Amino acid sequence: MLTVVLTPFAAALAAPFLVARLGERAVFLFALVPAGLFLWALANLGEAFPGRIEATPWVPGLSASLSFALDGLSALFTLLITGIGTLVVLYAGGYLHGHPQLGRFFAILFAFMGAMLGVVLSDNILALFVFWELTSLTSYLLVGFESGKAAARRAALQALLITGTGGLCLLAGLILLAEAGGSWELSDIALAQSWLQDSPLYTPALILILLGCFTKSAQFPFHSWLPGAMAAPTPVSAYLHSATMVKAGVYLLARLEPALGGSELWLYSLGIIGAITMLLGAVFALLETDLKLVLAWTTVSALGTLVFLLAPSQEPSVTAAMAFLLVHALYKGALFMVAGNIDHEAGTRDLTKLSGLMRAMPVTFAAAALASVSMAGLPAGLGWVAKEMIGTAKVADNIGLTLTAATVANAMLFAVAAIAGISPYFGAKSDAAAKAHEAPWTMLAGPVVLGGLGLIFGMVPQLAADRLIAPAASAVLGTKATLEITLFKAFDWKFMLTLATFAAGAMLFIAWRRYGAAWRERADPILARGPDRGYDHVLAGLAALAGWQTRIIQSGRLHRYVAASFVVIAVMVIASAFRGRFALAGLTDTGRVIEWAVIALTAAAAIVTAAATTRLLAVTALGMVGLGVAMLFMLFSAPDLAITQFMVETLVVVILALILIRLPGFRLSADGDGPRWLNLGIAGVMGTLVSLLLLGVLAEPFDMRLAEWFAAQSVPEGLGRNVVNVILVDFRALDTLGEITVVAAAAMGALAVMMRAARKPDGGRGPDGGRAPDGGEGKGR
Amino acid sequence: MNSLILRAATRALAPLLLMLALFLLWRGHNEPGGGFIAGLVAASAAALQGIAFGPVAARRMLVLPPIAVAGLGLALALLSIVPSAFAGLPAMEALWAKIDLGGGAYVPLGTPLLFDIGVFLVVLGSVVALVAALEHQPH
Repeated sequence: MLTVVLTPFAAALAAPFLVARLGERAVFLFALVPAGLFLWALANLGEAFPGRIEATPWVPGLSASLSFALDGLSALFTLLITGIGTLVVLYAGGYLHGHPQLGRFFAILFAFMGAMLGVVLSDNILALFVFWELTSLTSYLLVGFESGKAAARRAALQALLITGTGGLCLLAGLILLAEAGGSWELSDIALAQSWLQDSPLYTPALILILLGCFTKSAQFPFHSWLPGAMAAPTPVSAYLHSATMVKAGVYLLARLEPALGGSELWLYSLGIIGAITMLLGAVFALLETDLKLVLAWTTVSALGTLVFLLAPSQEPSVTAAMAFLLVHALYKGALFMVAGNIDHEAGTRDLTKLSGLMRAMPVTFAAAALASVSMAGLPAGLGWVAKEMIGTAKVADNIGLTLTAATVANAMLFAVAAIAGISPYFGAKSDAAAKAHEAPWTMLAGPVVLGGLGLIFGMVPQLAADRLIAPAASAVLGTKATLEITLFKAFDWKFMLTLATFAAGAMLFIAWRRYGAAWRERADPILARGPDRGYDHVLAGLAALAGWQTRIIQSGRLHRYVAASFVVIAVMVIASAFRGRFALAGLTDTGRVIEWAVIALTAAAAIVTAAATTRLLAVTALGMVGLGVAMLFMLFSAPDLAITQFMVETLVVVILALILIRLPGFRLSADGDGPRWLNLGIAGVMGTLVSLLLLGVLAEPFDMRLAEWFAAQSVPEGLGRNVVNVILVDFRALDTLGEITVVAAAAMGALAVMMRAARKPDGGRGPDGGRAPDGGEGKGR
Repeated sequence: MNSLILRAATRALAPLLLMLALFLLWRGHNEPGGGFIAGLVAASAAALQGIAFGPVAARRMLVLPPIAVAGLGLALALLSIVPSAFAGLPAMEALWAKIDLGGGAYVPLGTPLLFDIGVFLVVLGSVVALVAALEHQPH
């Protein structure tokens, strides 16, 4: 399964080169990648219950292993991710035809696909979290793909900030979960329900995890990023908002249901938040005229429904959730692609400008009609089955309120299905319809296949039930679930309720046609105060806070920073000296002459540095101090340290000299850096304290165990006699890796600052023909 | 800087310093030296070149743009982690291969050397990027 997860990442690396080499034909090659993975998932469906686990050690010391589990739930998601992924890749080939950055698009899309597969297949909590964050990052890049548009950048940032904040909560929650459950493997935690829920960590863990899932799955009040994310190219919307990104939160809830579900906190938070989101999304969908935004709000509503269905941890509800998950992925994927077709071929997505498209776009219409039948829950679509199951589940809950909420939302979604899926095709031929024409086959394959699947599964629902829905529900419930679907039961009151829902939906649709504009006018001032504005306020407040504290703390004068650091260190050292015993080591020997000579030289150089009146003298003298210290290292047999210090001092003098040329005055200014006696005082106190500290350290018994271990293991374990180097590149290589990352990042940051300075009008271009400082030869800017 | 002596000296010194850097890098595992030190020595060679012949010459020594050298180094260091994963060992576990020279003599080559080369390139690239940027004479 590691290979399965890594395959899309490999495709992501190869994508730009393939596009550069093959042009747009590469798309067909790309489509083979998810298609192959789809076949793998199909072939492995048989193993979906009770599930199969594969583990590869990764960082065993941190109990992080790359373990993957395939059970009914992950199999269902894998099929959706790869299946819809295949269609989306084809679709994107048509939609982004002629786009100059096709390679970049597919690179990000495949990286996202891999991350998503990682999320649904991971059994290890840390691995799951890493993939989870990767989906946030890659979807940021996908939503902001049209980076030239300010709206796309804002939407991408909003999605990243909201899901990223949720991700941080999730990390904390998952760590608590692993602590309380005693394992970092989800498959173990699923069995730990009994003691997990008695643990004092249960409540904080659950709240944090819910925050992570709710932000990811756009639940109220974190839903505002999802409609904004419609700024993404339509293939991205079809992929991210039908089956993948937003469902990740639902996936994790379902995955953790066996461990965390069943408590009152779980029941009420999921039930209430889910119900609010479900209704809110449906209402807002009725108030939009942009086809994609309408679909976005119905997605919000559907996500609310899913969360709401996962609230009671009982079989009818969970199976209904899994059925609805499948149905929604199929019809929403189709409808988003249809919206893209209309936008692409008719030039607008505004519902008030779209009518009479049927003649121009018959295939698109057919696909939209199939998807709408499913969405509305009419008989013959798979939606009918799901709706029946939801109804049964809600009756089983025996709570009138939830049944009412579900019914109201259903009626509204029925109307929206008519609005978004049917109305653009009928009526008088609009201006847009006059110039519209049918989309290319790559853009039709997706909606037709997805819409058709809804119909096929609607005809033989038992197939979907046995192979997909029941195994997924079994994984969530932890016991084997069976599902018998009868398309039509009886003329009972539930059936009458369904008919009433349809009637209410139809009436709502007629009302929307007549009063829709008036509704929108009324709603505008209310919408203007929604969470989307709240997000703006939070961001503005954050920026103001940062500005305020920068003004307070950051004076911009190096002298003050150094003085502040020294004073704080001095206070801390003095305070700790008063708290405990502070023995000083006596001098054990008088030292060699050469040692005293070096010390005298260093001290003299330090005095010269302090007394220097020109910068050049100060820098040179400071270099002398450093060299003196390097010589001390040499004398006390630390050659590696000495050479490093020697080189650093040399380069520091070179760099400082280069900076000096740029400074306005050559002489050190006496004013502006505070009175000299104060500087002298701070320096004196600091020097005395450090000396005393060193003597204090020497008075403590010196623990040689670690040093001896390294010395003993260096040759047998690290195959090297230079212990320092073996530690750097082998024993503690992770530290070194962190350090060199910091070095490279610092260099890039400093370079960026210098480039900024160089771009200023007087800052000047270099002597070598006006290249920016970092330009160099052949580096395109 | 227009100093004939400096230029003449640099022509001889810079290659020597570079060779010294490579020597330090190679022997670092057994004798004093290693990627960090070697990177600093090589960077000082480039800095010298820059002072004598200008920043363009300093950059030309590195063939690639300095910051790309640093990035390459980081990539190499990361790459050195990968082989152990394929061998089924924990991440960053060192792997060694012994190149037989015949007669019982051999040269051990391992992933730590690759890692050290990465360190070398990061230090070299980062320092040269800064020095070369600073060496642009302000007007």
